[in-house]
Amino acid sequence: MDRIAFDIAHLLAGGLLLVSFMMIYQDRMFSLLRVFAFHAVVLSLSVAWQAYNQNAPHLYITAAIALIFKAIIIPGALRRIVLQLDIHREVENVVGIGVTMLAGIGLSALSIVLMLRVTNTADAFAREDMAFALSVVLLGLLMMVTRRNAVSQIVGFMSLENGMILAAAGAKGMPLVVEISVAFSVLVAFIVIGVFLFRIRERFDSVDVNVMDRHRGDQR
Amino acid sequence: MSAVDFTLLIAAALLALGPTAIFIRRLSWAATFIYASAIVMCGLFALIGLAGLAGYGIGSSQVLPLGLPWIGANFHFDALTAFFMVILGIGGGAISLYAVGYGRHEHAPMRVLPFYPAFLGAMAMVLLAADAFTFLLSWEVMSLLSWALVLTHHQEEDTRKAAYVYLLMAGFGTMSLLLAFGLLAGPDGAYGFAAMRGVTRTPVMAAVILVLMLLGAGSKAGLAPLHVWLPLAHPAAPSHVSALMSGVMTKIALYGFIRVVFDLLGPSAWWASPAVILLGAVTAVLGILLAMMERDLKRALAYSTIENIGVIFAALGLTMAFRANGMTAAAALAFTAALFHIFNHMAFKSLLFMGAGSVLNATGLRDLDGLGGLIHRMPVTSFLVLVGAMAISALPPLNGFASEWLLFQAVLLSPQIPQAGLQLMIPAAGGLLALAAALAAAAFVRIYGVGFLGRARSDAARCAVEVDRFSLAAMGLLAALCVLVGVLPGIVIDAISPVVEAILAGRLPDQGQDAWFTIIPIAEARSSYNGLLVMVFVALSASLAAWAVHRYASRQLRRAPAWDCGFPNADPITQYSSGGFAQPLRRVLGVNLLGARETVVMPLPGDRSPARLTVEVGDPVWGRIYAPIAATVSTVSTKMNRLQFLTIRRYLSLVFLLLIFLLLGLMIWI
Repeated sequence: MDRIAFDIAHLLAGGLLLVSFMMIYQDRMFSLLRVFAFHAVVLSLSVAWQAYNQNAPHLYITAAIALIFKAIIIPGALRRIVLQLDIHREVENVVGIGVTMLAGIGLSALSIVLMLRVTNTADAFAREDMAFALSVVLLGLLMMVTRRNAVSQIVGFMSLENGMILAAAGAKGMPLVVEISVAFSVLVAFIVIGVFLFRIRERFDSVDVNVMDRHRGDQR
Repeated sequence: MSAVDFTLLIAAALLALGPTAIFIRRLSWAATFIYASAIVMCGLFALIGLAGLAGYGIGSSQVLPLGLPWIGANFHFDALTAFFMVILGIGGGAISLYAVGYGRHEHAPMRVLPFYPAFLGAMAMVLLAADAFTFLLSWEVMSLLSWALVLTHHQEEDTRKAAYVYLLMAGFGTMSLLLAFGLLAGPDGAYGFAAMRGVTRTPVMAAVILVLMLLGAGSKAGLAPLHVWLPLAHPAAPSHVSALMSGVMTKIALYGFIRVVFDLLGPSAWWASPAVILLGAVTAVLGILLAMMERDLKRALAYSTIENIGVIFAALGLTMAFRANGMTAAAALAFTAALFHIFNHMAFKSLLFMGAGSVLNATGLRDLDGLGGLIHRMPVTSFLVLVGAMAISALPPLNGFASEWLLFQAVLLSPQIPQAGLQLMIPAAGGLLALAAALAAAAFVRIYGVGFLGRARSDAARCAVEVDRFSLAAMGLLAALCVLVGVLPGIVIDAISPVVEAILAGRLPDQGQDAWFTIIPIAEARSSYNGLLVMVFVALSASLAAWAVHRYASRQLRRAPAWDCGFPNADPITQYSSGGFAQPLRRVLGVNLLGARETVVMPLPGDRSPARLTVEVGDPVWGRIYAPIAATVSTVSTKMNRLQFLTIRRYLSLVFLLLIFLLLGLMIWI
């Protein structure tokens, strides 16, 4: 049983990492959002499996929050934003997909090697989760850096946050209050960014961050 | 009520007196009330301190539920605190008495009144603090209040610059202290002083703490090359504040150094001491050379403070060297010399700053080249300043001689040290100290000769009038103390001995039983000094000379034109100027050590413009250390300025790359 439990946790966490890679090479807005929703689903599965294994019922709530907010509400809302802003046709990678993928592979290798080395006293569940979680966080950051469009930067940020929840679920003893507050803060961040996107759009006719930079007063 | 409670209560009362000053500012007697209360409370400090040195109330402590959680605010009263309480009490009391008179001339007294008593209270809190947090808090309050006092005459550009430099250096010093206390506390977080004494440290760790203390307490006390703020800030403040900062606050900084290095840190390795000795000796020479070159009276006094701090640090370094070799008697001698000199410097430097304040009050001038002839217009002030100048020049039978004599007795014990390096180095440092002592005499001959003797160089000096009685009383008190302590040094040595005993577990032989107040630091066959005898000799021979002069010389008073030999109608400007008096030393020592330069511009034949001699001399530390640091900071910040104008994505990339870099570093490190 223990062996299978470990394998499944490993599978789900690895799956999350795989979906992160899938996000990196999406160059259309809608497909990116779909993959992001899938990302959240895999996360909630992973968290739920941890809840089942650790006998920690509050993790189910975390899983439910991930599923409802991140897999349904936020992608839906982002989809509306994209439609309203009419940016669903934009292709907006700064760096080519091949280079990004290679960088992503390097980052995952780095985080796995590092985490396995640092946490060699922790138990196996937490170690695997931590290693994958760090890769997911780094890939989320990579996505924020390589995208031009504000919406896909939000998606990068959200996937980064998913990685953090994965790490938190793997570490036993994280209180429910913290998880809920994290979930709420993400929601608030989403709302604030969403409002900002529209304000930016009204002002600059674009949500391309390069265009915003050109409008900065102190630009040299 | 134990000694510590009583002292805390007085310190709190002084701190509370600050805000009180704001409420009573409209009353005509506000300033007198504040200063008079400060006198009373400082008097109580001195009494408590003296009682503590006599053995009453030593070892009492108090914990208040403030400060760090689980530790609280610890206060402790021991012999070292008692000694410095005496310094604070006598110095603060005399200066407050002076301020009763001097403070009336202040244009905006409310810029001084709220801060002055609180500053005294904060210094007392530093002395009482017995845990890192309370100590640092009191220290920082002391720094900030003195900064506010320096800014009193904030309309002047120089004052603002001085205050800024002071604030920077104070911040740097406190940061060093913070790190030092962090290391002292060790990994278990022993923030109470009692717990710190129990922590065992490696010699390297102890050396790092020593360096941090030299930076932290040294920058406050004025140790080269961290002294640069001192000659700017001390003269910029009103004179009673200058006296308080130079005479008392630098001693509080030395207290911090002694408390940490000698009490909390315990005996250090022998190789740690040469740095302290050498720094002290170099500081002494540099300080007094700059005092020699300075035209501004108060700034020259501030440089002389640096010299004395150097002498004290050298004595403390000697103590460390002897203590590391287990030579308790020699260590006690050097430590006694250091503490004695701390006391003496409080007395004569406060006196001299008060004298400078009186001169400033009477003439409005700080420039020596505008003064002259004050001995006719302000005879009492001139006499009292003369006592102070003689004391600081270490002339027997005054107090400066007694402490410097003890210090050189300690230097002469250096051949008994087993390490060859120290054996060679200490006499060399002793040579530097002797040079500094001689230069100090030259510097004060110059200050006194140019400032007080001769004829007035300006109308302001010609019309000077004697200052008020409070100022004279305060100066007289300290001058009497200088004479008394100089004549009876044995009593002071015995009074200091509980402090030496507590820190070094050894002391000098009891001086009380020697006949006629002789002091014998080691053995009678080796050396002894009798201030009383010298005093009697000086008095007798001077009386004899005076009698002989009056007996055999003409009784008629003749006033004849001075310098009339082929030079009629001599202007006062033909007297020695301060720069002219310093010229020989400037040419011999100043060119190489201070980078002094003289340029003569001679007009061409037929040109009727005057020839000009310009002298450039300044603190070499500014050009060699601070200017490169400032240039580097400026260059780097100009380069970094670009980072303010990156795109959002570049900022993210920077964060991302830094994260990757740190992770890679972590991977390689583990």
